[in-house]
Amino acid sequence: MITERHLNLLILAGLILVPLWAWAADEPFTITLATRAVIFALAAAGLNIALGIGGLVSLGHAAFFGIGGYAMGILAHHAQSYTALSTWPFLIEGTKSMPVIWLVAIVTSALAALVIGLLSLRTAGVYFIMITLAFGQMFYFFTISWAAYGGEDGLSIYIRNDFPGLNTLDPIQFYGLCLAILCAVLFATARLMRAPFGLALNAARQTPARVETVGLDPTRLKLAAFVISGAITGLAGALFADLNRFVSPTMFSWQMSGELIVFIIIGGTGRLFGPVVGAATFVMLEHWLGGLSEYWLIYLGGMLLAIVLFGRGGLIGLLTRREGGA
Amino acid sequence: MTVVLEARGITKRFGAVVASDAISLDLRAGEIHAVIGPNGAGKSTLIAQISGSLAPDAGSVQLLGEDITALPPRLRAKKGLARTFQISALAMEDTVLQNVLLGAVGAAGSPWRFWRSVGADRDLRGKAEAALERVGLLSEAHRVVATLSHGQRRQLEVAVALTLAPKAFLMDEPMAGLGTEGSQRLTAMLDGLRREAPILLVEHDMDAVFALADRISVLVYGRIIATGSVEEIRANAEVRAAYLGEEA
Repeated sequence: MITERHLNLLILAGLILVPLWAWAADEPFTITLATRAVIFALAAAGLNIALGIGGLVSLGHAAFFGIGGYAMGILAHHAQSYTALSTWPFLIEGTKSMPVIWLVAIVTSALAALVIGLLSLRTAGVYFIMITLAFGQMFYFFTISWAAYGGEDGLSIYIRNDFPGLNTLDPIQFYGLCLAILCAVLFATARLMRAPFGLALNAARQTPARVETVGLDPTRLKLAAFVISGAITGLAGALFADLNRFVSPTMFSWQMSGELIVFIIIGGTGRLFGPVVGAATFVMLEHWLGGLSEYWLIYLGGMLLAIVLFGRGGLIGLLTRREGGA
Repeated sequence: MTVVLEARGITKRFGAVVASDAISLDLRAGEIHAVIGPNGAGKSTLIAQISGSLAPDAGSVQLLGEDITALPPRLRAKKGLARTFQISALAMEDTVLQNVLLGAVGAAGSPWRFWRSVGADRDLRGKAEAALERVGLLSEAHRVVATLSHGQRRQLEVAVALTLAPKAFLMDEPMAGLGTEGSQRLTAMLDGLRREAPILLVEHDMDAVFALADRISVLVYGRIIATGSVEEIRANAEVRAAYLGEEA
């Protein structure tokens, strides 16, 4: 048994060393797999703030993942076709700059999370799950019929977008960029969990009546968590689109929302590195088991069942003992 | 003496049942005012209306002369009304210290801070630890609440209320489920607390009520049938018939 802190450091070391090894051994496909895992981890890290700390089981987080994806797709599409996004009331051009795309992805998904959160947080429990699912599906069917941006076929972006000073087409450089973002988000999340906001949100999940009797509004806390959560998942969506150089309505699918929840449950709900462990496990299983059988998901299902029934802290909970203390 | 908390003509009906029948009572500075009554007398309904989780059909609640009838529990807490729960509403997975820190964060009105650790904030931590000290739980600060005994959870409930530096306490059966020893310890603690802020104590435990209360109101079928000192209530024939007689 090791402490959670040591396990987290080990995972971090793995995230650095494995792709470096793959790079030295000239295995670009392994780096791509690792990039996929890191981006999924980022998306789930966003959901973990709403679900793990705030207790908001959102089955609609694919909405934000997709919004981030389409933010990238639409901006890059206009840039590569040399057409303006909008000419009135003022001119908006497309762009191939990642920082600009990320900013747009974060702002639009945060706004969407604000609206969806305001409406969904009037409910709780199963109704919350259903209403977030419904919002996700609305985006899914909207993009399917959005002919201007490829409808069901989605949008292909021929060249990966630019980041100042990096060759983003080099797999290891793009991986490093994604990993840096994931680390920054996890660091900020660790701070948030210990800050007054994290303390209050954590209590709002366990006992909203108590939070209210100390003069705080649990719903407002949860809404803020939902917005932060959506913004991070949106950023992950923009990176995912850039990894594939392709966006399509499947990014909005409810299966995507479900997978994000599965990552968190596998890794450990509310654990800082839970989404990382979950996403990495999923990508590895998808690669190896998926190679053996196209019905590999049945093994994932078995694993999920075992974790839910026997190991409530997910894989991280199985490997560590809980650290006590504030 | 100044009236800190006052309920005037509080009425609540559930269908044909009148759960609160024009209840009026006040809580004065420095006192413990106990509300007793047999099961089903409407004690919980009364507490819910004073704390704000249930709206009365008629009547008003005033805190230091200000009408708070329309305010939700959160804003009543901000005005200085601190309640404790009959069934502990603590964050069970968190530590003792985290639970009182939540009170300190609430009192400071500062949950919108995302970066600096709560534990590193001397103000919040100082307040939280002072409250734990008062109830004698400082040595247990780092234990997870789920591992605490029932009595310790009761003490923690009071500690969280203390961090709010309230104008009045509203306590819903704090002795419920405590053994003789735990009940005596909590009684001693509440005894000292009345100097800080008066306590409206809804309680089943007669020993505690008779030991603590400056005044007692007796609630039967949604009506207050008597209010007075411990001696007056003990001597009141109607109360003996309606309530004490059943217990003795």
